[in-house]
Amino acid sequence: MAVDTAHPAGAVASPGSSILPGALKDAFITGLIALGLLGPLVGFETVVIDGALGLAYRPLVVAIMVGIIFAGRLILNLTVWSPNRPPKAQAGPGPVARGMVAISPAFKPALFAFAIGFPFLAAAMTGGLNESRYLIDLGILILTYVMLGWGLNIVVGLAGLLDLGYVAFYAVGAYTYALLATSEPVNAFFASFLGETFWANWAFWFCLPAAGMFAGLWGMILGFPVLRLRGDYLAIVTLAFGEIIRLVLINWVDFTGGGAGIASIPRATFFGIPFTAGEDGFAALFGLEFNPMHRIVFLYFVILALALITAFTTVRLRRLPVGRAWEALREDEIACRSLGLNTTNVKLSAFATGAMFGGFAGCFFAVRAGFVSPESFTFDISAMILAIVVLGGMGSQIGVAVAAAVMMGGMEMLRNLGFLKQVFGEGFDPSLYRMLLFGFAMVAIMIWKPRGLVSSRDPTIYLKEKKAVSGSLVKEGHG
Amino acid sequence: MSAAVTSSEPMLAVRGVKTFYGNIMALKGVDVDVHRGEIVTLIGSNGAGKSTLMMTIFGQPRAREGQILYEGRDITRMPTHEIAHLKIAQSPEGRRIFPRMTVFENLQMGASIDNFEHFDSDLERVFTLFPRLKERIGQRGGTLSGGEQQMLAIGRALMSRPRLLMLDEPSLGLAPLIVKQIFDAIRELNRTEGLTVFLVEQNAFHALKLAHRGYVLVNGVVTMSGEGRELLERPEVRAAYLEGGRH
Repeated sequence: MAVDTAHPAGAVASPGSSILPGALKDAFITGLIALGLLGPLVGFETVVIDGALGLAYRPLVVAIMVGIIFAGRLILNLTVWSPNRPPKAQAGPGPVARGMVAISPAFKPALFAFAIGFPFLAAAMTGGLNESRYLIDLGILILTYVMLGWGLNIVVGLAGLLDLGYVAFYAVGAYTYALLATSEPVNAFFASFLGETFWANWAFWFCLPAAGMFAGLWGMILGFPVLRLRGDYLAIVTLAFGEIIRLVLINWVDFTGGGAGIASIPRATFFGIPFTAGEDGFAALFGLEFNPMHRIVFLYFVILALALITAFTTVRLRRLPVGRAWEALREDEIACRSLGLNTTNVKLSAFATGAMFGGFAGCFFAVRAGFVSPESFTFDISAMILAIVVLGGMGSQIGVAVAAAVMMGGMEMLRNLGFLKQVFGEGFDPSLYRMLLFGFAMVAIMIWKPRGLVSSRDPTIYLKEKKAVSGSLVKEGHG
Repeated sequence: MSAAVTSSEPMLAVRGVKTFYGNIMALKGVDVDVHRGEIVTLIGSNGAGKSTLMMTIFGQPRAREGQILYEGRDITRMPTHEIAHLKIAQSPEGRRIFPRMTVFENLQMGASIDNFEHFDSDLERVFTLFPRLKERIGQRGGTLSGGEQQMLAIGRALMSRPRLLMLDEPSLGLAPLIVKQIFDAIRELNRTEGLTVFLVEQNAFHALKLAHRGYVLVNGVVTMSGEGRELLERPEVRAAYLEGGRH
């Protein structure tokens, strides 16, 4: 640096020369740290030697990784982090931000159209319905998480209540359907006057609202004891609540089937018409050739509809006093009370509404999988949904949808890391590094977009025109 | 300043109120009366218990002893949100606006007590009083300057059509010119609409000049009370709150 200030002209002529030693030193130190960390973490590999577990060491993989880190750091030092680089003067939004503003009106309809056309697109791309099964299943998975994200968004994003036990409501919804649909007395009751197959065909459509209501009720039950809590304390209690539900499901064997779960749950039907190959099946009635994929595509549209209902309801609620009250509660609880809001009701309504959508999603999960067990409702799911909400930008619908697609889609993409074998050799198993890369991606998003992918909050009311103020201009919880 | 109509029964009566934080007595038996149409100010230095009294009237924290009567009704044990529904509006200490919501939405939140019946005319009234808010209507509360935020807090309180407006340190951290604007607005509201105002202030000079009557709170006890101008002349008040530099 001293050289630069003394001979500015020389520095301009050869920008790299004066910073090279410093950059090399820094990259070397970084490489040493990487070696220290990766040496044991990546270097050791557990192998089975003569039936016993032993350790093997793989120096080549460590060397390649350390090499990449050293080179990457050096390049960054010489380019992006170079002190000779002119400081970026930002006047107004950058080209990316301006581009986003330009396409934003078309973004939602485009996304919507894509979601509607996705199964057909997938079938056309892969060359047939049966071949597109993987893609459509992935679509269903993503949409399930979009819906869960939108549901949790009501509690966390709008009302500002940190809920780490959201999976509990997902479980309540799933078990509501599983238990009711497989229940003998209920089946016998309907069989007595509506026919033997009535309950198997209609169970999903009857249980869907029941699952939502039941989960909402549980949301209220959770809400009551935690009314006085906020922030960290609330997070711990909700975390415990999620675990309680899971442990009850495991241990109440008579009722829930325990760890073995509940199997052979009735499949979804097209409003009473089963997706079977028989006479009165969906394909025969609609004059189509029977294909098991019909049910999968139908499930895709069911979860799409459920997710859209969630989004639509949330958008409408935000414009009503109750939705505004949720947001005000997130901003300032004391101010809410002195403005005459009963914060008890506001919190309970947020918990119940969020839980209700979790219940719907759970009911859908049960009907899709045809099998539920407590293992499907671990804390991982809560953490994943919360991560989707936070990464998406709390309170932003479109951000949550994009985050769900990126997270769930990205997780799947990371399964296909075969090309890494060419870098690290045949013995390298890339799928083991899935979670590592996933973690890197999350850290990266939080560094570059600390408020989530979509950080601006849409006002619910305008006087004349809509003016977007970027969330990055407003400090969280302050102003 | 006897222009204010003083009826026999006070609108708000605080009777021997004692409030505790844990074992520490913050208010040691306070008596304050606010009559209809009056501006009453409560002055005192840091930690005297001014904001505590203000919050106690609103039920958080609750008074452990004593009584708070509003229009003859005992509101000592009433939940905070129900007290607000009795048309007492509060602009709390530190303003407490909703930072991520727009100015418009903040004002909307204030109107929910009134069920939006007079929303448009009330909005117009707030904008006449504070034209700056109209310019900022679509802006997030958190991006406003301190003075604008204070105007928003008062405006939000006014949207509920209160009969009693309680303001906690509206001059806190504001430039003198803005303080004058805000105090002028309070005077205007009182003069034209007869709005009753209970004002908690550290800025004793401005507050006593504005108010019809004043109380001086020291360590949780009311030590002096009287007409605003009269208190302003008292040597003890001048020494403690004006020339002593503690304002």
